[in-house]
Amino acid sequence: MAETSTTLKHYFVSSAQQFDAAKMGMWLFLVTEVLLFSGMFVAYAVYRVWYPEVFELSSELLDWRLGALNTLVLLASSFTVALSVHFIQRNEKEKVVVLLLLTLLCALAFMVVKYFEYTGKWSHGIFPGAGFAPHGDYAAYYTPYAPQFFSIYFVMTGIHGIHVLVGMGVIAWIVTRAIRGHFSAAYYTPIELTGLYWHLVDIIWIFLFPLLYLI
Amino acid sequence: MEDHHTASHHEGHKVGFWRKYWFSTDHKVIGIQYGITALFFLLFGFILMLLMRWQLASPGIEIPLLGALTPEMYNQFGAMHGTIMVFMGIVPLAVGAFGNYVVPLQIGAVDMAFPRLNMASYHFFFWGGVVMMASFFVPQGAAKAGWTSYPPLADIETMGQTMWLWGMVLLITSSLLGAINFLTTIIQLRTEGMTFFRMPFFVWAQFITAFLLLLAFPPLEAAGILQLADRLLDTSFFLPSGLVTAEGPLEVSGGGSPLLWQHLFWFLAHPEVYVLVLPAMGIVAEIVANNTRKPLWGYRLMVYSLIFLGFMSFIVWAHHMFITGMGTAISAFFQVTTMIISIPSVVILSALFITLWGGSIRFTTPMLFALGFLPMFGIGGLTGLPLGLAPTDIPLHDTYYVIGHFHYVVAPGTILALFAGIYYWFPKMTGRTMNDTLGKIHFWGTIISMNGIFFPMLIQGMAGVSRRLFDGGLAYSFSEPVLEYNVFMSISAAALFLFQIPFIINFFQSIRGGRKVEKANHWDATTLDWSATPTPPVPHGNFESVPRVYRDPYEYSVPGSGVPFLSQDTAPPAAPSDQILEEVEA
Repeated sequence: MAETSTTLKHYFVSSAQQFDAAKMGMWLFLVTEVLLFSGMFVAYAVYRVWYPEVFELSSELLDWRLGALNTLVLLASSFTVALSVHFIQRNEKEKVVVLLLLTLLCALAFMVVKYFEYTGKWSHGIFPGAGFAPHGDYAAYYTPYAPQFFSIYFVMTGIHGIHVLVGMGVIAWIVTRAIRGHFSAAYYTPIELTGLYWHLVDIIWIFLFPLLYLI
Repeated sequence: MEDHHTASHHEGHKVGFWRKYWFSTDHKVIGIQYGITALFFLLFGFILMLLMRWQLASPGIEIPLLGALTPEMYNQFGAMHGTIMVFMGIVPLAVGAFGNYVVPLQIGAVDMAFPRLNMASYHFFFWGGVVMMASFFVPQGAAKAGWTSYPPLADIETMGQTMWLWGMVLLITSSLLGAINFLTTIIQLRTEGMTFFRMPFFVWAQFITAFLLLLAFPPLEAAGILQLADRLLDTSFFLPSGLVTAEGPLEVSGGGSPLLWQHLFWFLAHPEVYVLVLPAMGIVAEIVANNTRKPLWGYRLMVYSLIFLGFMSFIVWAHHMFITGMGTAISAFFQVTTMIISIPSVVILSALFITLWGGSIRFTTPMLFALGFLPMFGIGGLTGLPLGLAPTDIPLHDTYYVIGHFHYVVAPGTILALFAGIYYWFPKMTGRTMNDTLGKIHFWGTIISMNGIFFPMLIQGMAGVSRRLFDGGLAYSFSEPVLEYNVFMSISAAALFLFQIPFIINFFQSIRGGRKVEKANHWDATTLDWSATPTPPVPHGNFESVPRVYRDPYEYSVPGSGVPFLSQDTAPPAAPSDQILEEVEA
């Protein structure tokens, strides 16, 4: 990679070293993220093993079509963000802006679907924990320990949703920088790192979707 | 840090006070920020304990100005003493202060890999501390469920517990950012010639510590989020069904597992013990090698032990949970791993002892503290063995024996090493030395009174005195034979406080009034922090020219070299054949 004096910090020997350091830092951060969700997946595993029939019954209340739609949306956004890295390496800056905007749009779509899922649940009295009081057609789902399923559902998808929101903020910031021409084939570290983070957000959802909606 | 010091070309312009001392990105300033904040918290946590010891020695007698301690206050002080000492005192001092200040200097780096992240890490720590301190002032006071915050008690505790959880989230974030920074810095920013096996042992210790923080803290963060949900969203992750309190049956959805918290907590908190101890070992190794004027005995063996120790620390956590009824098979597994993990600790400690053998020891103040660490940590380790085996752990669990054991590891162990580090690197940070006489008074007073506090705890614990008693065991007849120790321990604690006064005076007095160091390499050390940088180092640059490393970290008294020591950046004498080659090239 070419030396670019404007982006090279004084405590690095070369741009290559700076790029490697940034990427390593990001990977280490992703390790902590994976472990953070692992802790919650452990909780999921414990309660699933304890109350398998509750989990099977309660997961019927989640609409797998909406979950599948969100999976497609996130996969598409992962694809567009990967392409944006590809095109900045070839210095095609306009395409990068378009692809990042598409990624942002997909993320927004994900959150809109999530919004309808959440409010739909709440309107039927499906809340986490002690607030769990399904009424009407859903009254049959009021079984002992059913709140455990929705506690884990709301907390895990909620924390994941916060990650999506943070990602949207970061991508929006990257887009403005890309429009102002901050990135080129010689310097595109922020795009690469954002892409890595966004893939993680995607991967977590790939695990959440089958575990909560399908099985 | 001195104003008149030549600023490097990177930061030639004048910067304001806030930028320079509060929002600085210089790893040295951040290290000092960490150090001073952590020392303040250590003192505060210690004062909480003094109040508790007053109550234990004379239950119900009023404390001057404060009045009698209520049981609620006692529980708050106990929980917050543990939290403050571990998460806001020792870790920030060992990792945040010494790690930040020394690691880049020792590996020949100009700064950490992510200076702004480093600054953010300090500010997360600071605000985490503020939240913890503020929790004393919310209705019904701070957290009362112990530093381990076991549910279901912690789940149904007062508002202070919620503050504790938010505070922990900030402190965890700070540690994670720090760990990412240390790992990247050590892997990427070592100077030319600084191979992994030329890194000083202190850097290795910080390296493994950073791995432990990185891998152990996120699961606790997950557990903290779940406990927050239990408290704020009325979930029941850690609340089983059918709980009854003094106010009657609890209205919860139930079905949760309190043991899940214990597993997630100890998955962090056991590696955390090594987070407390490894940097201390690193500091002691530096000082022992420097003051015996010998290479560390078995440097590679020590490094391999360190790596093995780091790995093993992740598979011993359930030895904190033998009394939860986990069954003999699981207990057997964790007993075996616990016995195995004692081996690398013994190897490192033995290597340090062997290093002393035949050395011409300089009994400087830092060396005294380092020498104090060795037997004290030894006692801490040996008293831990009975706790690692289920048959002996079950009667000893939750007694004062446990308190005695881990305080031997952490107080006369780690804290002595941290004092050693302060006396050792103080000249580097300020350009002035600390007073030796006051230092020696501090050392002898500290080590004697610490033993006066913690040794009777082992005896009380074996007599069966439980660790969380408000009256120190007065209500139980079986504790009567050992009850008198309470007074002795509390007097020792007061003595320990008095013997910190010379240190506090010495510390502040030496910043401006200490004797100036005569040369940059004050201790005749071989590592780059002393040999290659001015004292104090260049702000935002460390070195006048970035050093190159040619040799192993501890080349003291090398036979045939003709000099007392060879620092890592001493170039080897050019061999005759090289000279010829250079002439040919010329």
